[in-house]
Amino acid sequence: MGMEIAMIDRDPLSRVLHIDLSRRRFWIVDRRDLFEKRLGGAGVAINLLSEECPKGGDPFSPDNPIVLAVGPLTGVFPIASKTVAMFKSPHISNLGESHAGGRSAVSIRMAGYGAIVVKGASPNPIYLVVESGKVHFRNASALWGMTSFTAGRAIREKEPGPGIRTIMRIGRAGERLVRYACVITETYRHFGRLGLGTVFGSKKLKAIMVTGKRSLKVNDIVQYRKVYGEIFESLASSPAMRKYHDLGTAMNVSALNELGALPTRNLEKARFESAHEITGERFAESHLGRRIACAHCPTSCIHLAALREPYETERYFYKTRMVCYDYEPIYSLGAMIGVSSTEGLLKLFDEAEALGLDAISAGVTLAWATEALQKSLISDRETAGLKLQWGDHETYLKALRHITDQPNDFYRALAKGVEHASSVYGGVDFALAFGGNEMPGYHTGPSAYAGYMTGARHSHLDSAGYGIDQKFQTLGGKPTADAIAEALLSEESWRQVLSSLVICYFGREIYIVDTVLKALRLVGYTFTPDDLLKLGREVLKAKYAFKTREGFDFRKLRIPRRILETATPLGRISESLIPETIQSYSTKLRS
Amino acid sequence: MFACSRRFGEAGLGKSAIHVRSAGGVERGFVVIVCRACEDPPCMKVCPTDALDKRVRGGGVILNVDKCIGCGNCAEACTIGAIFWDEETNKPSICVHCGLCVGFCPYHVLELR
Repeated sequence: MGMEIAMIDRDPLSRVLHIDLSRRRFWIVDRRDLFEKRLGGAGVAINLLSEECPKGGDPFSPDNPIVLAVGPLTGVFPIASKTVAMFKSPHISNLGESHAGGRSAVSIRMAGYGAIVVKGASPNPIYLVVESGKVHFRNASALWGMTSFTAGRAIREKEPGPGIRTIMRIGRAGERLVRYACVITETYRHFGRLGLGTVFGSKKLKAIMVTGKRSLKVNDIVQYRKVYGEIFESLASSPAMRKYHDLGTAMNVSALNELGALPTRNLEKARFESAHEITGERFAESHLGRRIACAHCPTSCIHLAALREPYETERYFYKTRMVCYDYEPIYSLGAMIGVSSTEGLLKLFDEAEALGLDAISAGVTLAWATEALQKSLISDRETAGLKLQWGDHETYLKALRHITDQPNDFYRALAKGVEHASSVYGGVDFALAFGGNEMPGYHTGPSAYAGYMTGARHSHLDSAGYGIDQKFQTLGGKPTADAIAEALLSEESWRQVLSSLVICYFGREIYIVDTVLKALRLVGYTFTPDDLLKLGREVLKAKYAFKTREGFDFRKLRIPRRILETATPLGRISESLIPETIQSYSTKLRS
Repeated sequence: MFACSRRFGEAGLGKSAIHVRSAGGVERGFVVIVCRACEDPPCMKVCPTDALDKRVRGGGVILNVDKCIGCGNCAEACTIGAIFWDEETNKPSICVHCGLCVGFCPYHVLELR
C-alpha cells in the first residue's frame, strides 16, 4: 500500500466498541492501524475475528466473538449500507460471515463506531442498547420466547431513537439454538446464513439496538457534493437498480425457471411446473403492499406483500400482515418443497421470520426430509406424525415450528441441518449442503456449485458462480476447471473490496474501481487501483487462513450426487469437473 | 436527512433538519417530519433571546446562531416536533426551506412549495 494513506482526522470509524456480556462491561479501542489498512467491513472483521476467537474454540462458548463492522463510506455515500457480521459459525464450525442492511450499518457509524465486538455470555436474557460512548445492559427476561416481530416492537416502544436506530434481534430459533437461526434487523432484513442468531441465543442475547446521530468530516466539501451527486444519479438511473426496485430479487424466479436452473423438489428437477404461480410479477400483482429501502439507499428493493387472511370463526373479519418476499425464500420454501401458492409461501415466510430461521437452510432441510420420508429412510414416527409432502404448506408450517422446538431426536437432527441429519438417517446423496451450508437457489452449472464450495462463506454471493455459468453459456463451449476457478477467484477477491467498504452488491456496477477510488479519496484514503485489488486478495487470504486454522480442508468437501444427476442449463456436470475446479482454486489462492 | 446534513458541508446525520421514521415499525410505512413554515410560529414566541426571526415570505423562522443560547424551548414548543437538535453545537437545526432534500428523494415524496 502507498504511504500517504490516512483516514480523516478524528473519524470515529477507527473506534472499536468491545462489549463483555459476562462482566457487563464495555470499552473502546482505537484501531486506526486496522482501518487504515483494511478499510472496514469484511477486511477489518476477519482480523478482529482471528484475534478474538480462540483457535479451535467451541462456537457455543462465551469466547466466541460476534464482530459487526461497517466502512469509511457508510453514512457518507449511498448504499455503503451493509453490516458485515463475523463469528465462528455453530452451523459449520468454521468461519461464519453474514451481511445485512436495514439501518444497521448507518446506525453503527452514526453511533461513532467502525466495529462492535461482543463476547462473553449473560446468565439471563439480556438486550443491549448501544449509543455514542455508552452501552446499556437491559433485562430481556420478558422478551425471551417472543417472536422477532414482538421483541422488535417491545424494544421500539421502550427505547429512544426512532428513525435512526437499528434493532437486531432473534426469534425462538436462536434461543433454542437451531444451528441456522438468523438475526433479523428492521423487521425484514437478515443476517441470514450460518447461524449468527444461534450465537446470539447461546449468549442469551435477545437483541442489540444501536442508535446515534453525528456528523462526519470530508476533506473537500465541493468535490464531495459533486461526487455524491454523480453516484446518486447513476444509482437512481441505473437499469440494474430499477429492476431491483420494480420486482425485487423475485424477478429471478421466472428467469431461472426458464433457464432450467430453479431447484425444484429437492432438485429432482430444475424447472418447476408451477413457477408461473410464484413469480415476481405474480407477487407484485396480487400482494405487493409497500416497497422500502435500507438507510441511505435510493433503490428500495425490499418488497412487502400484504397478506389478508380471514378469521376462521367469523365472517367479514380479516387480519392483514405485511410479509417480506425475496427470490431466495421463494426458491427454498417454494420450488424446493413444491409450494406453488403465493399465500402459502407468504405464510411460510412469515413463520420463518417470526421464529428467526434462515429461510434457505430451513427450506432445503424440509426438502431433504420430504424426500427421506418418501424413500422410507424415516417414518411418521420420526416426523412426529407430520406427512411431509411436496406442496403442502400447512404441514410445512408445522414442521418449521417443530424444527424450532425440537420435540424429538429427528427434529433435533433437522435443527442441525441436512449435512448432520443425513449422516444420521442416510440420504447423503440428496442432502444438498456445500461446506455444511444448505444450497442457494441456482442450479446454473458447475461454476455455481464450485462457488458454493470454494466461497469463503459457502454462499452464492461469495463469487456469484451463477453469473459465471451464464457467461460461459453465452460464450458456448465447455468451460475448463481452470477457467472457472480463475473467474471465481477474481470475482470473490473483488467482492472483498466491496464488502470491506460494505457496499451493497446490487450497486456493484456503479461502484467500479474508479468510483470507489474517487469516493475513498474524499474520506482520506489515497489508494491506487492496484492497492484495491491487492487488498481484495489479502482479505480473502486472511479468511482462508482463519478457515484453515479452524480445520477447513478443500479435499474434504462433499459433492452430493444429486447435483450431477439433474441436468443444468450447461448440461450434466461431469463427475471430475468440480473436484478439478476446487483443486485449481486452492492452488491459485495460495499463489 | 443526509442531503440536509451535506448542506452544512458535512456527511452523516448530525445537522439534519428533516427526519424520517417509521410509523411504528417499517411495515406501517414512514413519516416525514419537517418544518411546515407556520404563519404564526410557536417556536419563535418562546425564544428568550429573540434568536428566531420570522422569514419575510412563506412563513417559518430563521435562526440567528449568535443569539441562540441553546435552551431548547423552541424544540419543545414545536407542535409537530420539527425542530431537531445538533448535539455537536448544542443548537437547534431548523429547516430553511432550501429544497435541497427534494432533489435527493427519487420517489417524489418531498416537494418544495
